[in-house]
Amino acid sequence: MNENLREQLILLPEYFQGHLTLTLIALSLGVVISIPLGVWAAQSSAVKRPLLTAVSVIQTFPSVAILALVVALLGGQIGLVPAIIALVLYSMLPIVRNTVTGLETVADEVIEAASGIGMSSTQILTKVRLPLALPVIISGIRTAAVWTVGLATLSTLVGATSFGNFIFTGLQTSNLISVTVGSIAAAIMAVVLDSIIGGIQWLAENRNRQVPAKKYKQVKFTVIAMLGVGTAFSAYSLLPQTEVDFTIGGKGFTEQYIIAGLLSAELEAVGFSVDQRLGMGTEVVYTATSNDTVDVYLEYTGTVWANIMNNDNNPGHKAVLAGVTDFVEDEEGMINIGVLGFQNRYVLAMRKDRAAELGVTSIEDLIAIAEDLVAAGDLEFFGRPEWITLRDTYNIDFAEKLTFDPTLMYTAINERQVDLIAGYTSDGRISAYDLLLLEDPRNALLPYDSFLLASSAAVENQLFTETLEALVNEISDDEMRQANRIVDVDGGSVSDAVAYLQSVIN
Amino acid sequence: MIELRNIHKSFDNGITHALADTSFTVEEGELLGLIGESGSGKTTTLKMINRLEDPSSGEIRVNGQNVLDKNPEELRRNIGYVFQGIGLFPHYTVAENVTAVLDLLGWEESQMKKRCAETLTMVGLPVEEYGDRFPSQLSGGQQQRVGVARALAAKPDLVLMDEPFGALDPITRAELQEEFKHIQSELNLTVIMVTHDMTEALLMAHRIAVMKDGEVLQIGSPRELINQPRHDYVKEIVEMPKRRADRLEKLIHSS
Repeated sequence: MNENLREQLILLPEYFQGHLTLTLIALSLGVVISIPLGVWAAQSSAVKRPLLTAVSVIQTFPSVAILALVVALLGGQIGLVPAIIALVLYSMLPIVRNTVTGLETVADEVIEAASGIGMSSTQILTKVRLPLALPVIISGIRTAAVWTVGLATLSTLVGATSFGNFIFTGLQTSNLISVTVGSIAAAIMAVVLDSIIGGIQWLAENRNRQVPAKKYKQVKFTVIAMLGVGTAFSAYSLLPQTEVDFTIGGKGFTEQYIIAGLLSAELEAVGFSVDQRLGMGTEVVYTATSNDTVDVYLEYTGTVWANIMNNDNNPGHKAVLAGVTDFVEDEEGMINIGVLGFQNRYVLAMRKDRAAELGVTSIEDLIAIAEDLVAAGDLEFFGRPEWITLRDTYNIDFAEKLTFDPTLMYTAINERQVDLIAGYTSDGRISAYDLLLLEDPRNALLPYDSFLLASSAAVENQLFTETLEALVNEISDDEMRQANRIVDVDGGSVSDAVAYLQSVIN
Repeated sequence: MIELRNIHKSFDNGITHALADTSFTVEEGELLGLIGESGSGKTTTLKMINRLEDPSSGEIRVNGQNVLDKNPEELRRNIGYVFQGIGLFPHYTVAENVTAVLDLLGWEESQMKKRCAETLTMVGLPVEEYGDRFPSQLSGGQQQRVGVARALAAKPDLVLMDEPFGALDPITRAELQEEFKHIQSELNLTVIMVTHDMTEALLMAHRIAVMKDGEVLQIGSPRELINQPRHDYVKEIVEMPKRRADRLEKLIHSS
């Protein structure tokens, strides 16, 4: 079997467990919350309109934004809780709407008969209206189930394990097999859940219709069998997870996956069990480390200096490192274990032939021609303070400023669709595409020394701290660029890159 | 026995009235037909007896007790009701429909089973064959038989019927009218039956109340209404079946 595929399949049970846990808990809570709300709305028109509007509005929010908002509202908590809250919010619309519709479409004469034989309004609801609305309600739950399975893949972004781990890791490390495994797994789960709930819906619909008794029994048996298997899997997936010694965090790009893999390998080598929560945004992983949910991750001095401390000046490499170290330790209760040696700062890069054509070697050379050039940056760059600083320091602006996923950004410069990019110094694609890094004589671009940011709880463990301190100043710019190149350009896996780094360290 | 005294009913705080000063009495074991056009107030009158509606003023007594003193749900459970358009519960089996009221009254399971079999036999649907079917698996006539069985299950001495046979084809209707008339006299039921079919009223009722625009124009036995109509409208609707019968006879003799 293909080595890459085998590596992905090893991860399948864990991601399956995470995904199923998320889906089942969110869907159950969604049902438990939404059906009573739907019942309430069906009884009172004063409730109905605002409620339906509210759940519809939630639905129009981009799902990633909902996740980010929930994390923020929970004070930076990551993992299952924010993911489940977001999924529950998303599951509400179809269930609430179908409950209301189902209850409202019960024939008036049936309700009048129920009240005429002496049922109380509660009895009419429980004995007549809800049972008759059931097929419609179940169809709402079915829609919600499929949505939830799909959206649960995004939970990876807030540090909850799901099939999304395959997808996001795969996207960031150009591993299409990983993306495919994750997508197929999520699709299979959606189809299975859809057919189980669809079977239940069929049974509810046909309880009082003329279908052959034999067929009814067959469907009933199939649904029960599938539910049995489903319950067994759920029981397994809801088993309390084994506690790990340390949780390693990470953001969503190749270098982060590699360093997280390296940290895991080094910690496991001295006997610790570790768990990885990768693919998170800076804010999320930073806050998670400050509240001890994450124990250690790879951070960059410039990111903390500009994004978290909100500085817009550049006092130079050493002063930024010192300022950041003091800040995380004094203000946030975290520890800087040490710098790894390489920098991952922004750098303006051009194809060498284009640079020669324009006669450019430094940013100063751009001043005269910038307004005719097309520049590309990652999703953040043009919104970051250092772009402002760069712009104002050199007084330049470009004809067009495009934002790309980093992988596509490098493709764009290689294929001459853009004139220059804001790349990263440690990026393997810089050497692979043989790009020219423009000099920055006015020091507008911030230094980004990579360092290990750890929670104060974790560093109390001496072996943990010593193991990680052994990595300090061990990885040069060239070595990191090579490790990134293995994954991003040469089609190797993250573990290949980790193995390479281990070979150059030891 | 049912007594209605000076019943007024308005749905819009007295601007218009659905019922104006209606009074009549139904004796024990009597079948009273309430006839009139839609909007005449006949269904409203019926619904006030088991408190599906409450009168704006006036008093309704069932077996001597003011219905307003009773809990509406309890009152309804002890009065049989046969609904317009049948009104069976589509998600209940025939047996579950018949025992629905018994269940509300808290009967024992075994008692309910026994009573279900009895009532279904009474309406000609043996429980072994029909008990487990759903309403959608029955013909219209069979469905209304179940409706009648449901109304009779709790052994009420009072039964209210709202156009019970209106949705049935003529042959089934005639059959069921006959059978119900038989059950009614057998069990000595007090019945108020709303209908817009004068033939049905003439053939089934001991007495008929003719209603128009929320008022009872005349109440009396079929013979009284035919022989001494006190109102043009009464005369007109009472003669309708007779005129149709005459026309039929002419048709038969001319051919």
